[in-house]
Amino acid sequence: LRKNVEDFTGPRERSDLGFVIFDITADILNGKNGLQTFWNKNTLIIFDWNVKQLFLYLSAEYSTKNNALNQVVLWDKIMLRGDNPRLSLKDMKSKYFFFDDGNGLKGNRNITLTLSWNVVPNAGILPLVTGSGHVSVPFPDTYETTKSY
Amino acid sequence: WPRSGGIRGGAAMDLFGDLRRMNKRQLYYQVLNFAMIVSSALMIWKGLIVITGSESPIVVVLSGSMEPAFHRGDLLFLTNFHDDPIRAGEIVVFKVEGRDIPIVHRVIKVHEKGNGNIKFLTKGDNNEVDDRGLYKEGQNWLEKKDVVGRARGFLPYVGMVTIIMNDYPKFKYALLAVMGAYVLLKRES
Repeated sequence: LRKNVEDFTGPRERSDLGFVIFDITADILNGKNGLQTFWNKNTLIIFDWNVKQLFLYLSAEYSTKNNALNQVVLWDKIMLRGDNPRLSLKDMKSKYFFFDDGNGLKGNRNITLTLSWNVVPNAGILPLVTGSGHVSVPFPDTYETTKSY
Repeated sequence: WPRSGGIRGGAAMDLFGDLRRMNKRQLYYQVLNFAMIVSSALMIWKGLIVITGSESPIVVVLSGSMEPAFHRGDLLFLTNFHDDPIRAGEIVVFKVEGRDIPIVHRVIKVHEKGNGNIKFLTKGDNNEVDDRGLYKEGQNWLEKKDVVGRARGFLPYVGMVTIIMNDYPKFKYALLAVMGAYVLLKRES
């Protein structure tokens, strides 16, 4: 799982707005048999007979002066059983506005981007799994005023 | 029960015959039996509320805003443990202040302070925009107190019965009448 990002921030009203451009390469394998468990974080996800779809989402997690923990979902995708399990997305813009609750993005050195997914079974338990591999992204100290996003 | 003599024709005649011959004691017995079944069901429900920590541990999905994961009529099993943190990606069932209808959507933004105060934003998978339009006037975030529970498990279609009973009350009465008749007339051999 690899991600590359470039970014700059811009203020909107009174909150910081971050812009992130990313690549996602992920391999979510099809299983050969349906017997492996899929709630172990280290096991590859398997589209077995009881998996209807995966809800994938890219979330940014970081800490600010205002809030000890912030999580913002930047992008999501529904992967149905039978869809191509290999993701190779380049230069993606975030689907949702990356607003902070306050001005904590400016100069924030450590924003962690992680890919996670919610397994939706045909019937049964709904686990949330985090993919291995995450990327840490720093935001610059200054605001950008050019609108070149 | 001892049968008086005579040959009756047809099962329906049998049924009315039984009803007429049932004496008071048998009737009380049947009613008590029925009451016991209802009490047990209530106890199980209360037990679930205690175990899961949620005021409504089983909910029926009412709208299509979480499709294709959940459809109208699906059943969701919730937990609401106090120490469970609210995290992005989780499916929560919440109630907007002042409204009775629980909504099942996904958490897309979380801002948590050091003291444990959490505010979060939700959105239905199938909706274009987040839920701010659904919240109370002027309310921009949800808090822990708005949460009924987190979806941990799910069964498709099973909740349709509740929706049908809601939309077609005659069906509900018919079902109750049949159940009542069955319970009162059931014979224990």
